[in-house]
Amino acid sequence: MAAITIEDILARHDGREGALLPILHDVQAALGYVPEAAIRAIAKALNLSRAEVHGVVSFYHDFRPEPGPRAVIKLCRAEACQARGSEALAAAVRGSDRVAIEPVYCLGLCSVGPNALIGEAVHARLDVARLTALVEALA
Amino acid sequence: MTAAAPIVRISDDALALACGADAVAAAFAAQGCEVRRVSSRGMHRLEPLAEIDGQGFGPLAPGDVAAVLAGTSGRAIGRVEAHPFLARQQRLIFARAGITRPLSLADYAATGGWAGLEQARAIGPAATLDAVEASGLRGRGGAGFPAGTKWRTVAGAPGATKYVVCNADEGDSGTFADRMVMEGDPFLLLEGMAIAAHAVGAGRGYIYVRSEYPHAIRKLEAAIALAAPQLAPFTVEVRVGAGAYVCGEETSLLNSLEGKRGEVRAKPPLPALAGLFGRPTVVNNVLTLASVPWILANGAEAYQAIGFGRSRGTMPIQLAGNVKHGGLFEVGFGITLGELVNEIGGGTASGRPVKAVQVGGPLGAYHPPADFHLPFDYESFAAADGLIGHAGLVVFDDSADMRAQARFAMAFCAAESCGKCTPCRIGSTRGVELLDRLGASDRQPRGPDAVEALPQMRNAAKAPRGSAAEIALLEDLCETMKFGSLCALGGFTPYPVLSALRHWPEEFGA
Repeated sequence: MAAITIEDILARHDGREGALLPILHDVQAALGYVPEAAIRAIAKALNLSRAEVHGVVSFYHDFRPEPGPRAVIKLCRAEACQARGSEALAAAVRGSDRVAIEPVYCLGLCSVGPNALIGEAVHARLDVARLTALVEALA
Repeated sequence: MTAAAPIVRISDDALALACGADAVAAAFAAQGCEVRRVSSRGMHRLEPLAEIDGQGFGPLAPGDVAAVLAGTSGRAIGRVEAHPFLARQQRLIFARAGITRPLSLADYAATGGWAGLEQARAIGPAATLDAVEASGLRGRGGAGFPAGTKWRTVAGAPGATKYVVCNADEGDSGTFADRMVMEGDPFLLLEGMAIAAHAVGAGRGYIYVRSEYPHAIRKLEAAIALAAPQLAPFTVEVRVGAGAYVCGEETSLLNSLEGKRGEVRAKPPLPALAGLFGRPTVVNNVLTLASVPWILANGAEAYQAIGFGRSRGTMPIQLAGNVKHGGLFEVGFGITLGELVNEIGGGTASGRPVKAVQVGGPLGAYHPPADFHLPFDYESFAAADGLIGHAGLVVFDDSADMRAQARFAMAFCAAESCGKCTPCRIGSTRGVELLDRLGASDRQPRGPDAVEALPQMRNAAKAPRGSAAEIALLEDLCETMKFGSLCALGGFTPYPVLSALRHWPEEFGA
């Protein structure tokens, strides 16, 4: 299967109003990051300056300027999970060379925390043993 | 087993999935049961919850399934609808929670779905506006602005192109009611949007959902495809946020929808007059729009009859954090904070005493048990220097460090500030520094810094600052942020900080 190109993505969103975020989401999903070359192509297609597109990419936490080499576990660190021990959990369990544990602020599962998101899979009621198992399963 | 295989109802809501509902469902299916994936009842402590002939079992693991089917399970909770957590509720928005399959048009129509939209179309836009106005419905996103007034402004604004935007950027910690509507009853939200569009003359709608809610996004997209004939000529599209908390602020959300940085806009102009792409736009929270079908179907008087003071109707209150019986509790306004935390919530999950309850998300105040007499409505919490926001309650036990919570509020504001206004962008960082100084174990009175020591800084304090002076500085900073910020992010961050300082001054070295 041929890889999805920036041109494919731009064609998919041709004529859509306010298309920049959907385009960036697709680029991020296809490549794992938003490369400089994509910023140039998107700016040209949408008749924006490179600075405008760069400004949007850098504003939002979801878009990465460089490829992330590791699998990511997003561990919730917001207040409801703090009240259920997420800070101690984050201090006790470290990522590895292949798995990064990154903070996220609220997954909307606030009564059963601490919680984590891996891709689109959600995990609740985490403790040290369960989070460690998630790290090891991804490594 | 002797009888025919029973029908087992298990939620497919993200919270149930996170607690392992898929494995439990698979275990029932392996025993020959017919498994129906329904929405969540909102009794989160009991998830994964299975329902067989109205009898509930939870929380279940796959290993519990055999005992449930044999009738010997210790996880039985009796008749689900008689459960005290549900029996005390008054569910209007969540009437279908745990009852219907989220993406079944047949289930939706069989439980009164589309009656509100049909009524709105029958009585026409003007009478629809009258009904929403007469109901007293106020925006459920936090500000509590009357929905009817907003809609009337949009309806009266000149222009052929108008929009309905649903704010589903539910970023506040301790809130999940929007997510439960989107995942559990997506047609209800679409019906509410279609009624709004009909009333104001809008042809197109957007639902702006945060990227942290992948399950809600999938459900909404599927529901829009299924319900397109009912919604026509109105069309709806889901747009996905990108991890910026500030995009829950309506003008920032509109910029994000337009494909820009999520920076806040100065008001005026109001979004109702110049909103998305400069067009008149209704921007309402999920719960506001989801309240509308009931109002149209049952009449404004019936809605107006529920509630307390100027807060009419019901509020889906979300019990979260360190609480024993967490979940969704929809009830008319006016229930007290203490009833919610102690009677409904059952106190803390850890079994330790309750120390603080943060009401209204990261920008809401921390309330001590001394505030438990407060009735839950917009005005009572405002009078107690708090806010109900999106009605999320986060309970903390006595191990909470209130200075650390105040510092987190400032740090969160610093990380999520859009950067447009100075009090929020810089004030939040100065706040973190101040709270760090107040928490340092080896604190010495601080002398003037390099700038303060300059001869032209005549009004700067030259004497060393002790804790009292630092706290005065913090209060001064909070006042600047509260009154000088463009939006609620900088403007409301002082609520958690000052409430923690006021109720637990000893933790700040005062």
